[in-house]
Amino acid sequence: MSNHIHPIASLLAAVGRGISGVQVQWAGCEPDERQRIYFANHTSHLDFVVLWSALPSELRARTRPIAAKDYWEATPLRRYLAKNVFHAVFLERTVPAKPKNSDEPHYAGRHLIEEMADALGDEYSLILFPEGTRGNGEKVGPFRSGLYHLALRRPDVELVPAYLENMNRILPKGEVLPVPMLSLLTFGKPLHLEPGEDKDIFLERARDAVSSLRRIGSS
Amino acid sequence: MSEFLHDAKLDWLFGAVLLLLVILSLVGSSRRGRHREEGSGSTISNLNSWVPAWWKMCTIFTLAVLLGRIGALVLFGIISFLAMREYMTLVPTHRGDHRTLFWSFFVIMPLQYYLIGMQWYLLFATMIPVLACVYIPPSIAIAGDTEQFLERASKIQFGIMVCVYSLSHVPALLQLKIPGFLGHNARLLLYLVVVDQMNNVLQFVWDKLIGKTKIAWRVSPSKTWEGAFAGMVSATAIGTALWWATPFTPFQSAGMALMICILGFNGNLVMSAVKRDIGIKDFGMVVEGRGGILDRIDSLCFAAPIFFHLVRYFFVL
Repeated sequence: MSNHIHPIASLLAAVGRGISGVQVQWAGCEPDERQRIYFANHTSHLDFVVLWSALPSELRARTRPIAAKDYWEATPLRRYLAKNVFHAVFLERTVPAKPKNSDEPHYAGRHLIEEMADALGDEYSLILFPEGTRGNGEKVGPFRSGLYHLALRRPDVELVPAYLENMNRILPKGEVLPVPMLSLLTFGKPLHLEPGEDKDIFLERARDAVSSLRRIGSS
Repeated sequence: MSEFLHDAKLDWLFGAVLLLLVILSLVGSSRRGRHREEGSGSTISNLNSWVPAWWKMCTIFTLAVLLGRIGALVLFGIISFLAMREYMTLVPTHRGDHRTLFWSFFVIMPLQYYLIGMQWYLLFATMIPVLACVYIPPSIAIAGDTEQFLERASKIQFGIMVCVYSLSHVPALLQLKIPGFLGHNARLLLYLVVVDQMNNVLQFVWDKLIGKTKIAWRVSPSKTWEGAFAGMVSATAIGTALWWATPFTPFQSAGMALMICILGFNGNLVMSAVKRDIGIKDFGMVVEGRGGILDRIDSLCFAAPIFFHLVRYFFVL
């Protein structure tokens, strides 16, 4: 890993910003050097690029995406983009079912959390889409538990919620060609895991933190 | 080099516009502070909000003149793009409209400006109205979503008509070959924009001064018959006084200006109704700092195609 930004990454970021006409608002915090996990709703392939490009360039070099391994390793192009261009952290989505009566992440799950914690190291930030898949933009789906376990494992890292608006209309799941509508990106107030907070309660709180940042179409 | 430079009358007309703007800017900034204290400056502060937009329009016009015929087309193509982007962002579209929208932005829109550039009059005047009927509905239908089908098709059609078809007739004015007026078409464009904008602002002022009878308060609460009438008369007077810059006689200029005023009024009213329908006050409201283009060009969009066709019919053929 180096802190060098791949030229293709900068190019894609510029293209993504242009297509999405994104207006960025730091509503709950300011861009900061400290280690963070940015977590957002997920509706489009543009999500990561747009969120990443919204960060100041010195932060971009130290912010990595979490990418679903099954999808992003499926073709050489995706693999190249994820691994070489954006230095993504690959993550297995299909974890074997958890043994009953256990709140601890079981072996396979724990392994994933370790991988993410390693990726954070002591200087990197991560971009995570805790829904685990792209939704249709109507409602933020339930969060997977990775965010909780990561928060437990690394209490020093700030959790910053973000809401990406209209991306599903610009480049929805299943489409290759974008429609250049305007979009909004709002960063919210950083979140922390309360001592002894229940996993489901925390995940629900995190999800609310994301959906409450919605600015239009929330009738 | 641009074919519209070296035009003394254009310099006079544009110089007068700039002078007026400078005066308005100075008056506006000196009054701003005073009226804020008194708390009665809503008319002034509203007028102040027009001035920056007019400066932008002047910049665009200057660029169009400097860049020449083709450059102006590219410039207005960009404005069309930004306007339609604003419109489509705020008008609810479905997932099934995606590909149609892609074609609208990246094929139909450039094609319209290309056809104007190659002066293929018959095709650019008919392509979008016909395509809107024979291409857009089937391409939405093919996506298989029947929910609100007719509404979706109409919304997209209307957006393309206003933002692309109508607006493209503004730079198309630069293409007209008017006998005895060759190389002076930039004046025609400026004439259209000046009369249209004067109509907007004078209607607004007269509404405040003498407005009594509301026209359609649900659509636009401030519009009154008195204001509309007085505004149109005064803007028509300005248009008539500018006849020397056009190929028209004073009498013809009055007719053209009146037509621009009536259509501009229609444009304002229709786009207000669209905004009420979507549930917003301004197109620029939701996406701050990026929007508001449609709010400024709504009247122009309605006046431009008719003005173009009238000039072409009576002065070119």
